[in-house]
Amino acid sequence: MWIYEKKLQYPVKVSQCNPHLAKLLIEQYGGADGELAAALRYLNQRYTIPDKVKGLLTDIGTEEFAHLEMIATMVYKLTKDATKEQIKAAGLEEHYVNHDLSLFYQSAAGNPFTATYIQSKGDPIADLYEDIAAEEKARATYQWLIDLSDDPDINDSLKFLREREIVHSQRFREAVELLKEYQGQKKFF
Amino acid sequence: MEHEKRRALLRKLQEVDFVLVELNLYLDTHPSDLDALDQYNHCALEREAIRSEYEERYGPLMHFGHSSNRYPCGWNEGPWPWEI
Repeated sequence: MWIYEKKLQYPVKVSQCNPHLAKLLIEQYGGADGELAAALRYLNQRYTIPDKVKGLLTDIGTEEFAHLEMIATMVYKLTKDATKEQIKAAGLEEHYVNHDLSLFYQSAAGNPFTATYIQSKGDPIADLYEDIAAEEKARATYQWLIDLSDDPDINDSLKFLREREIVHSQRFREAVELLKEYQGQKKFF
Repeated sequence: MEHEKRRALLRKLQEVDFVLVELNLYLDTHPSDLDALDQYNHCALEREAIRSEYEERYGPLMHFGHSSNRYPCGWNEGPWPWEI
């Protein structure tokens, strides 16, 4: 079961309306290495992963939903006061004609979210290496977003999220070591 | 002014929650680290005090029976997190 808590994990402030930046940030909402993919990946893998790692996948998967809400908040705040001219200038007309200013799970290039972004192999080492790679790809994406953004308030929140990817990656690496010990103890005949 | 006070108290909650999530994930891979476990349980108590102060002033943070609801300033009213 999950229970919603009516607060963000970390504050999200926006310096000014900037629909173009929102268009880029949607990559981390519905893109291949975004927060939705992360949450669904870990919470799906946890059912069949060895016991030692079930707690970690549950907790990191849950934290990813808090990150998804932070990205949604950024996109919402960056676009809510946008004029039609700003929407056109940002190249968001294609989004607007379908969705108005509502959010949608898609990448910055407009590809809709797909479950094919997620791997689930049932082999614990394969799954955890996939998870480490996912965190590193998300960290890199946050870096590219920070490089392109000139909103200091947004960058503060993006830096927080970038750091969380590093911590998650480290924890997954420790999980691999835990499983190696566990598999080393197993007797095969 | 009230808005600033609310934001400051929320920030205090977010800070202690950050320590808790860090310790939580650390304990997932280091379950026998008793110092970390002590820190976690200590912070959980601290969190409970801040949560209770926040909810008393600004309304419930959770639903499903995890916080007391009320009227007015109850669960169903904003501002929602993305509106603050």
